[in-house]
Amino acid sequence: MTRIFETPLYPYARAADQDAAAPVRHPVVVAGAGPVGLVAAIDLAQRGVPVVVLDENDRVSFGSRAICFAKRTLEILDRLGCGEEAVTRGVTWNTGRVFKGETEIYSFDLLPEEGHRRPAFVNLQQYTLEEILVRRLRDLAEAGAPVQLRGANSISAVGAHHDHVRLEVDTPEGPYSLQAGWLVACDGAGSPVRRMLGLDFPGRGFEDCFLIADVAMHSDLSTERRFWFDPPFNRGQSALLHRQPEGIWRIDLQIGPDIDREAEKAPERVIPRIRSMLGEEARFTLDWVSIYSFQCRRMERFRHGRVIFAGDAAHQVSPFGARGANSGIQDADNLGWKLAAVIAGGSERLLDSYNWERVLAADENILASTRSTDFISPRSAASRAFRDAVLDLAARHEFARPMVNSGRLSVPCIYDDGPLNGTDARGLPARTRPGAPACDAALDRKQGGGWLLDRLGGGFCLLAIDVDMPEENDLPAVRLTAKGAPTLAERWLGKADGAIYLIRPDQHIAARWTSWDGPAVAAALARAEARG
Amino acid sequence: MQRLVTTPNIDDQDGFYAELLAVHEGLDAAQSASLNARLILLLANHIGDRAALSAALREAMRSAVD
Ligand SMILES: Cc1cc2nc3c(=O)[nH]c(=O)nc-3n(C[C@H](O)[C@H](O)[C@H](O)COP(=O)(O)OP(=O)(O)OC[C@H]3O[C@@H](n4cnc5c(N)ncnc54)[C@H](O)[C@@H]3O)c2cc1C
Repeated sequence: MTRIFETPLYPYARAADQDAAAPVRHPVVVAGAGPVGLVAAIDLAQRGVPVVVLDENDRVSFGSRAICFAKRTLEILDRLGCGEEAVTRGVTWNTGRVFKGETEIYSFDLLPEEGHRRPAFVNLQQYTLEEILVRRLRDLAEAGAPVQLRGANSISAVGAHHDHVRLEVDTPEGPYSLQAGWLVACDGAGSPVRRMLGLDFPGRGFEDCFLIADVAMHSDLSTERRFWFDPPFNRGQSALLHRQPEGIWRIDLQIGPDIDREAEKAPERVIPRIRSMLGEEARFTLDWVSIYSFQCRRMERFRHGRVIFAGDAAHQVSPFGARGANSGIQDADNLGWKLAAVIAGGSERLLDSYNWERVLAADENILASTRSTDFISPRSAASRAFRDAVLDLAARHEFARPMVNSGRLSVPCIYDDGPLNGTDARGLPARTRPGAPACDAALDRKQGGGWLLDRLGGGFCLLAIDVDMPEENDLPAVRLTAKGAPTLAERWLGKADGAIYLIRPDQHIAARWTSWDGPAVAAALARAEARG
Repeated sequence: MQRLVTTPNIDDQDGFYAELLAVHEGLDAAQSASLNARLILLLANHIGDRAALSAALREAMRSAVD
């Protein structure tokens, strides 16, 4: 059986640039067609920015990697026109269960409230997501959007100049040169672009190794995240079980440092491990096996002149918490509108705000994932003693359960005190404060039905809830009432009678007021566009 | 030190101290470390006050590095 990651999805084809007498200049080149590069390209293409994506490969990411995609990622994909497909092809979950030995000690619900279009998570193989994104990109291209994806185009040299980046690209038919107005480097954790520019990637590696096995089996288990500390089938270590689409299950077993990777990957080592987990009578076949260890690293700055780093190229986290691809996709979401604005003549300081906001997010993700790692794989006798004490106490006492850290799952960063944030008004809810991503709500039939986030679109907009606002406005406006809509009121009004929100193209909140004030709105818009 | 009580605050000091030693009786170093970890977590939750906990951690650190 050939599998999706073995099939060329965007095979090499000769581009006109290769026959040009002088290097052709493109406004934006994206290095890497992983999930982050593809999202960046789709976002830019939807905004009408011409973009060329180069990947040294011609197919989706090899083997099985990310599987858990978070609510915020799905909301971004909705804006990019492929959220529904990701959700339909994935399996949805909201609940996590944590076991010590065989006993369940703690469970958590990641979305304990109604009124959201998207669930806390869907599980979907990374290569399926990439396939969906490649198709979306193709559809845009066919509909006339200026976007190209070039397979088997490997960037081999990068020259950074003050007004462009020069690229040397290797292809099966030999090398060619390109000029990029801007280079968005989404070329993964080993980023050749980063290396070629001589930039550091400080951080640390962890020694523990983890065995991943994707198995095909029939099971009636509910779709939930299951995590074990010290289970009978993997004594002294941890284990994680996730359902994936189409009868595939992800098993992730901690196997410790100093192991022989090749030996551990052999089916005669793997199958008995899985048998002891699933039971002697379980029938399954191995779909994929690999071993990983991980690093937590971050570039000091994500913008270097006309080269902008995003995703794993800019930062790397441990997988506990599913913060890798999810945060990288949020990088692309943050960058797309800013780069489009700069190319259209906007302030370059928008790109510095990308650096500010996404460095904050990366630090938050690294902190969360490092803390989870310290809990799951304690580095000293003292940290092991406390970890075991928490697990011990959690079985009997409620207070210790929230301390059990099997991974704090990906949530979007709130850009508190961010350089683009404007006025905040008192009395409005904390969750919709400036810097926060807009919070979804179901709209009733009187308001036209559907979901709030779908109304906000992909440009700046004003959201007015029970506040009068002039009919004529420079910005598109969404007018709603919270009367008879308690969820909307709770999430967006709090104690206030009405509110006006200025919302950014990435659907983060820029500023808010409790009554209309035209000059204040104009000032906040200037600030959010880094003109102020 | 604002919130951390560092003046005598336990009735029957000697009795408490003896009780503390008694629960470690017969334990090896690892078992004692586990017991201490559980004890610290129980007490920390009982105290609850984050500032007091941080103050106590800083104070305990001081002897370790002196
Ligand atoms: C076992 C495992 C489980 C994970 N689980 C999750 C999860 O559940 N949720 C989650 O959010 N994240 C998860 N992650 C992390 C996730 O896989 C990564 O964060 C994600 O792949 C990063 O995407 P990216 O686009 O930045 O980089 P990549 O996916 O690494 O893509 C980089 C691309 O750049 C291309 N490239 C490289 N060099 C060149 C060059 N010289 N020229 C042209 N192109 C080049 C590569 O071919 C590749 O296509 C997991 C990772 C692992 C290993």
